[in-house]
Amino acid sequence: MKEGFATALEKSLVSCHSCHLVCQGIAVHGKGEMICPRCGSVLHQRKPRSLSRTWALVIAAFIFYIPANVLPITTVISLGHAQSDTIMSGVIYFILTGMWPIALVIFIASIFVPLVKLLILTFLLVSVQRKWQWRPKDRTRLYRITEAIGRWSMTDIYVVTILVALVKLGGLATIEAEPGAIFFAAVVVSTMFAAMSFDPRLIWDSMETNHE
Amino acid sequence: MKTTETIACHECDLLYELPALPEGSVARCSRCGAVLQRHKRDSLDRTLAWTIAGLILFVVANAFPFLALKSGGLVRETTLITGILELYQQDMRSVAVLVFLTVILFPVVQLAGMLYLLLPLKVNRLPWWKPAYVFRFIRTLQPWAMMEVFMIGILVSMVKLAKMAKVIPGIAIYSFAVLIIALAAAAASLDPHLVWDRLELDK
Repeated sequence: MKEGFATALEKSLVSCHSCHLVCQGIAVHGKGEMICPRCGSVLHQRKPRSLSRTWALVIAAFIFYIPANVLPITTVISLGHAQSDTIMSGVIYFILTGMWPIALVIFIASIFVPLVKLLILTFLLVSVQRKWQWRPKDRTRLYRITEAIGRWSMTDIYVVTILVALVKLGGLATIEAEPGAIFFAAVVVSTMFAAMSFDPRLIWDSMETNHE
Repeated sequence: MKTTETIACHECDLLYELPALPEGSVARCSRCGAVLQRHKRDSLDRTLAWTIAGLILFVVANAFPFLALKSGGLVRETTLITGILELYQQDMRSVAVLVFLTVILFPVVQLAGMLYLLLPLKVNRLPWWKPAYVFRFIRTLQPWAMMEVFMIGILVSMVKLAKMAKVIPGIAIYSFAVLIIALAAAAASLDPHLVWDRLELDK
């Protein structure tokens, strides 16, 4: 493999976001946008307004994270007695009944992963804006991890869906979904969009400007 | 055929002149470590086979009950869609829609889209309606199809319900299990770069 010493940006080439074709951007669309000749998506040197979009989504997710953890996600009504559960009280219930592997799965998927993801994204955003030179390779790896783990947080939403259906049918007790579930879903969706809108190439851009 | 191809690392933007890779090998970016390209064995054939298997399993998984609850002589069965409808009726519309999209609509659109693209390519033809658009669309949906996460949800629910009543796994749960294997295998054997090349060559 012959290694290049320049980036596409320096050579005024554009790498397509969706099909990765390296283009010179010949075809010009209506509003002066360049279109990828292979897949037809709009070409950008970097993801458009990556930092402000990611910041907005990260801040939104931090806000949703609070009601998602404070409000109950389910209420079990059994023989006239209602009991509401938050995500954390569900985890504690499993620990108390000795089912710690399940407690661990829920804790990691619903509490730990979303928070870690938000902290990593915040760290990456600050590091890019401050043009830090610290370990760009590791920061790119952090980004890759963030992108991969986000979807697993949906587990709790699916558990609620299944419980609601089964227990309602069972007749003895009913389980109702509560607003916490909506906020929790909002956390998962907004962190996924946040990870998608962040452009890891920005980490490397600031490395180059400082070398010269 | 071109001997080398210019590509840019999609994570750090470094340019490479990449030669055609031997089968089963991977090219990584020397600066950031991202995968530049992976040449997979029989990519199109394998992906097509797993996609067809996936579609069949998808039908089975949705048509049959996946869990049954037994308590006091009563047996209740549920399919995937009943949970979604129940959420919808409880005024949790946004969550119901999200679950519907991520475990029913997006996975099936993805499977159908892959079939639509790969079947004509297999017989050396180009799909008739906007193949590039279809491929781009299903690549965008990729992270939003969450069947495998749903499987974890099923397992957690089974444990949770085990205290309240007897939980009987249905046929659909086994097809779910095999379905996520088929989906993972289809995703692992797909070489998007090769598909783009084929779609372009036939233009």
